[in-house]
Amino acid sequence: MKIVVAIKQVPARDSLLKVDASGTWIDDVDLSWEINEPDAYALEAGLQLREASAGEVVVLCSGPDRATQTIREALAKGADRAIHIRSDETAADPLALAHTMAKALESEKPDVILTGLQSDDLGYGQTGVILAEVMGYAHATLVMSIETVAGGIRIKRELEDGWFQHVELPLPALLTIQSGAAKLRYATLMGIKKAKSKEIRQVEAGTAGSAPSVRLERIYLPQKSKRSQIFEGTPQEAAAKLVDKLRFEARVL
Amino acid sequence: MSGILVVLEQREGKLHGMSFEALAAAQQMAAELSLPAYAVVLGNGIQPVAAEVAAFQFNKVHAVEHALLADYTADGYKIALKQLIELHHPTWVIFPHTYQVRDFAPGLAASLSRVLVSDVIAHRVENGKLVLVRQLFQGKMNADVRCEGEAPYFASIQAGAFRSENARKADATAAVEVMTPAIESNQIRTKSLERFRESQRAVDLGAAERIVSVGRGIREAENIAIVQRLAEAMGAELAASRPICDNGWLPMERQVGSSGQTVAPKLYVAVGISGAIQHLVGMKGSKTIVAINKDPEAPIFEVADYGIVGDLFQIVPAIIEALKK
Repeated sequence: MKIVVAIKQVPARDSLLKVDASGTWIDDVDLSWEINEPDAYALEAGLQLREASAGEVVVLCSGPDRATQTIREALAKGADRAIHIRSDETAADPLALAHTMAKALESEKPDVILTGLQSDDLGYGQTGVILAEVMGYAHATLVMSIETVAGGIRIKRELEDGWFQHVELPLPALLTIQSGAAKLRYATLMGIKKAKSKEIRQVEAGTAGSAPSVRLERIYLPQKSKRSQIFEGTPQEAAAKLVDKLRFEARVL
Repeated sequence: MSGILVVLEQREGKLHGMSFEALAAAQQMAAELSLPAYAVVLGNGIQPVAAEVAAFQFNKVHAVEHALLADYTADGYKIALKQLIELHHPTWVIFPHTYQVRDFAPGLAASLSRVLVSDVIAHRVENGKLVLVRQLFQGKMNADVRCEGEAPYFASIQAGAFRSENARKADATAAVEVMTPAIESNQIRTKSLERFRESQRAVDLGAAERIVSVGRGIREAENIAIVQRLAEAMGAELAASRPICDNGWLPMERQVGSSGQTVAPKLYVAVGISGAIQHLVGMKGSKTIVAINKDPEAPIFEVADYGIVGDLFQIVPAIIEALKK
């Protein structure tokens, strides 16, 4: 089974973000970067699927030079090889990106494509679903587990409010993976060593065929919807003020 | 038609709660843009639901009826809605941002060479055009987004962004137009099996008057005991954000957020929770919200009434002490 895992590099989770001079993206000069956490779960699901059914795991990543680091980490965890779509586009139109990804996968013909349910930066939650549409693959979202059955795969997906459902899909198929469904593995020393010699195929992003249908006009820090009272001082002072307010102002204790 | 078309979600003849919020959003956008408003429901034997929707102020309600739409599939919904859109040419197609919509709407928009603006939290009209607001970076940033080029445009509305009680009923019921889309059974590639729950819920967070909730900031399973003690001191139920339950540090039934429970207690204390949107939609209706977090920019402070910025490992014990006085 050929398994492609689409991953993305995003700013590290604790980053303090500032809007850049253009006002349309963040200032990314001093940021540190990591794999988009939901994609880390997609990679784990891909590695487990390979272990259960044999085959190979190919990592697909669109991003600038710095994305190489994240790709190497995925190879160190056990992916067999990678495709790096060279792109400096930060707030890419997900439809244009899906077309670029589909083109990069033309010669691969994967049986299964996995990706995280959403990215922690743009948070569209739709690049995977669009890629399925563009490639003509059946798909399922918010997938918790995968098993191969006669004629395809059977997955468990999460619904709202604590409900789940099994869905059967033919291959090829695209699945977006719910976070937290499995324990993430660490790269071993041997894995890190091997990753250095694994193939990373470079693909140019090319230019979008048509104008994007959605434009990100401006980004900004959210306005507070409530006026919060922040208590300062030592932990003891702040705690005393908080308890006082909860007892006598909010009257909830 | 030019106009606003809202796609309402139903299951077994019952409208999803967020359908009414999307309905209110569509009516409001239609009024502001001086466009007619339409609604659509899909299913098999859907006309009682269409009649329920027709009590609201709409120019028309579309009932998309087909045996292959009895149960939801992404393929069935995409095929049916694409036919409706190509028949009536709405300017905007509005959805509630439910799990089901996340499953099919991006592909529906892509099949028409458009991009869905997902998870919209607010809107405004500028020079006769809609500007949509959505969140980036787990709620740390907001973005203004515009749709360009030819209609149709697609947007999904986040839970709680519009109020369902603002949905306007009409004096006279709207006309219901039944449409039977052309769908063949071999076009439906996936097979959905029975829905199920993993376990009976032992804790009903929805009934709790006070909740103390713990997030990633707690760092290790052993540290949960610190927050447990705070919950006991406050007479509160202990809850958590998703990563805590994913790690197995607390059972899933204690999870608050879009994939867990929605709660609205008198007091909600968020300890080491940054406030990603998936968590906020589950608790922002709480009467009094307290946030304790080391990051002053954490989105949780946007909804907090009271906050302390700092190290929870010092602050939580200090609150427990203060409660004894």
